[in-house]
Amino acid sequence: MAAVQETIDQVRRIDVEQYKYGFVTDVESEKAPKGLSEDIVRYISARKNEPEWMLEWRLEAFRRWQTMREPEWARVNYPPIDYQDLHYYSAPRKKPELASLDEVDPEILKTYEKLGIPLREQEILAGVVRPEGERRIAVDAVFDSVSVATTFQAELKAAGVIFMPISEALREHPELVRKYLGSVVPVSDNYFATLNSAVFSDGSFVYVPEGVRCPMELSTYFRINEKNTGQFERTLIIAGKGSYVSYLEGCTAPQRDENQLHAAVVELVAMDDAEIKYSTVQNWYPGNAEGVGGIYNFVTKRGDCRGARSKISWTQVETGSAITWKYPSCLLRGEGSSGEFYSIAISNGRQQVDSGTKMMHIGRNTTSRIVSKGISAGRSQNTYRGLVSAHRKAKGARNFTACDSLLIGDQCGAHTVPYMEAKNPTAVFEHEATTSKISEDVLFYCVQRGLSQEEAVGLVVNGFVKDVLQQLPMEFAVEAQKLISISLEGSVG
Amino acid sequence: MNAPVTTIRTEAEQGLVDAFTAAAPSLPGGVAVTAARAAAFEAFSRTGLPHRRTEAWRYTDLRRFMRDAKPLAPFPNLDLAATAATAGFIAADLDFRRLVVVDGIFMPSLSDLSGLEEGLTIRSFGAVLGEDAPLLPDVLRDALPEYDPAMALNAALARDGVWISLAPGVAIERPLHLVFVSTGESPTSVFSRSRVTLGAGARLSLLETHEAADGVAHQVNAALGLLVGDAAELTHVKVTAEGDAVLHVGSLIASVGARAKISTCGFALRGAVVRNQMFVRLAGADTQAEISGVSLLGGRQHVDQSLLLSHAAPGGTSRETFKAVVDGTAHAAFQGKIAVEQAAQQTDARMMARALLLSEEAEAYCKPELEIFADDVQCGHGATVGTLDDQLKFYLMARGIPAKEAETLLIQAFVGEVLDGIAHEGLREALTAATVNWLEARA
Repeated sequence: MAAVQETIDQVRRIDVEQYKYGFVTDVESEKAPKGLSEDIVRYISARKNEPEWMLEWRLEAFRRWQTMREPEWARVNYPPIDYQDLHYYSAPRKKPELASLDEVDPEILKTYEKLGIPLREQEILAGVVRPEGERRIAVDAVFDSVSVATTFQAELKAAGVIFMPISEALREHPELVRKYLGSVVPVSDNYFATLNSAVFSDGSFVYVPEGVRCPMELSTYFRINEKNTGQFERTLIIAGKGSYVSYLEGCTAPQRDENQLHAAVVELVAMDDAEIKYSTVQNWYPGNAEGVGGIYNFVTKRGDCRGARSKISWTQVETGSAITWKYPSCLLRGEGSSGEFYSIAISNGRQQVDSGTKMMHIGRNTTSRIVSKGISAGRSQNTYRGLVSAHRKAKGARNFTACDSLLIGDQCGAHTVPYMEAKNPTAVFEHEATTSKISEDVLFYCVQRGLSQEEAVGLVVNGFVKDVLQQLPMEFAVEAQKLISISLEGSVG
Repeated sequence: MNAPVTTIRTEAEQGLVDAFTAAAPSLPGGVAVTAARAAAFEAFSRTGLPHRRTEAWRYTDLRRFMRDAKPLAPFPNLDLAATAATAGFIAADLDFRRLVVVDGIFMPSLSDLSGLEEGLTIRSFGAVLGEDAPLLPDVLRDALPEYDPAMALNAALARDGVWISLAPGVAIERPLHLVFVSTGESPTSVFSRSRVTLGAGARLSLLETHEAADGVAHQVNAALGLLVGDAAELTHVKVTAEGDAVLHVGSLIASVGARAKISTCGFALRGAVVRNQMFVRLAGADTQAEISGVSLLGGRQHVDQSLLLSHAAPGGTSRETFKAVVDGTAHAAFQGKIAVEQAAQQTDARMMARALLLSEEAEAYCKPELEIFADDVQCGHGATVGTLDDQLKFYLMARGIPAKEAETLLIQAFVGEVLDGIAHEGLREALTAATVNWLEARA
């Protein structure tokens, strides 16, 4: 079929030019020397003025990590990572204490401006281009290893919400951090989480007290800028009884020829009747068409529905990274708690995605829903890997999983690896998966009605991912839609 | 960080090493076969028995199920072998051509070799190996993953089995019945290997049954290779109905030619631990495959049906349906993978795996997997785990059917979806009757 050949050619032509966030910001930075050792762990801890117990925690993680092996089970191939050839800490050089945003390096501010991330509250408040009544978002901007700015802190504080870089939280609310850090993802959970525990530098800390509905969306924007660095952020969100918080996360990195490591850990804790909505638009640099460069994204994300009737919802749009290894999960412990996972993973060029979720039904009458859409194009490999399990006591556990894959071009692969483990007879699990290419009939139908081939493909793809896009907060849905069209540009227009 | 790896063998692994060392000189085979056996065993002794972290064996931990390796079965005791005459109860009323394998040895004296149809050749696999014919032809090797521990052990230790060949264009009406029986009064390891080759356009129906007495912990490793030529048609049903202490590891390896049809069904009825693995490769274009499984489990049984189905050529159609009914403290596992190679455009593959949990402590594990490298395909899989639908039961009860009977009807219907697909009427009825018996025994 001519159309298919044309599509393939166009997919092949997709190059890094399409990656719009590949620029480098020229800021003077201070870095830890290359390599990883106890001294580096101490260095990071000292740079952050951390309490003694935190240093011990890190050192223990580091010692554990040294005894562990890199996991090999995922369907991703990459040359061995030299963990000694990285800078584990990099921060823009700055004055010791920043009094206001004006003291942030203007280059960095410009970076975020370019990325379209609003860091100046007054600009946001001025609402020049924003229509009346649009929701505001508080942003924590993490640049390499440190948080450079966090907006709306005061307003949030008035509502009782703590939203600050985790390094700051360690100093200001050590009792909270100490209580929850590592309680969802234990120090020795897996190779990358353990590495993160040893060397994590910054990330966001959110605490929503009992009964508070967070007055605005919270978000963190991660940017890797420096060469040869790894980013190891750590996010911890605690939602007290009956509270609600929606959190967004975005990430980009410059275009570089070497691969960079990103190993994050995200922990969510939801108490009775609390709800956490966690949305990610992951757009790390994916490498060029030949697979040179790009971010290795090894992320551990887990939510703990600790309280009864609590709810954690993960939504992710994955378009970036050379390698994605990421399984946002839910521990459904509270009675009647529920977990959701909505994902769109788009791979192109030589990207490799191995992503999915785990829903562990532990409490009674817990429910979960998984909707995963994978689109592979170019020479990419896209794998959904998910586990749904019901503990012996998980009476009435209910899961529904749908994972669909769409293939564009004949050089790519789409894989589905679901695991279902039921140890309770009243558990009801349903799983369905399909893989197909866009049906010629559907395309023909659209073209016959006057759409161009590319418009038709775009329409079908958007319809295909609609279930997930609907779950994203408004601000992200727009961005995600744009991202999808960028990622597939050339193949869908 | 990389400590040197030292091999620590479990008792069972060491037992197998000893058994192979002792038996190797007496196993049938010429230079090539002997070398292949040594290589297979070498590969096994490097990796050992599969365990929880061996992905393909994730739910069947042989290190746990095989505490020790039983001694290799000796040549069958002829008095005991005579009991095999009553084996194959499933097909007792059916006029199938019985080919009996006792303790891994093909017994022509107990088999029906009279009036063989023209074009049908039946021989001892050991005799064929003695002529140094390959243990596994390349086309079958292509259907297997790079390494499978059960197949490696079988290659190393299998002495005999049945070797069947059907000339091109020949259609055999009378089905063949491979009767496998383990007789020893003390536990033994039984390895057998059989092969069925269908020439182009040939047609054959095959039943394979495995039996052994209760209370004897035999370890059975049976492999069956199926070579289905272009435009040939093969239907195959395998029934495992061994004693309550038997560990059965069965492997089916099939390569299917262009425009050929294959239908295979694994029916797991009895046995302490059953691992029924199928490796099917649709090597030619426009093949049709129907692959199914039924597991009826109770007590402390563990049944694992697993499937690797490779679509290697364009235009293949396949339907996979696996059902498990789990009672008692039994564990049912299903691991199925549909792999669509890049050449296999226009593949249409559907896989459905369902488990029905009947008791508080029954467990089901399910891993349906799709691996797709071709874009112009329609592939799907579905999986469900759950208990009987109360509403359906209520519907029947509201119409005067007692609870137990309603359950039985529903379960029968659940399994019936697979059994109804069995082409041979007599066999279909026999398997349905076995299901009904199982359900009655349960009630």
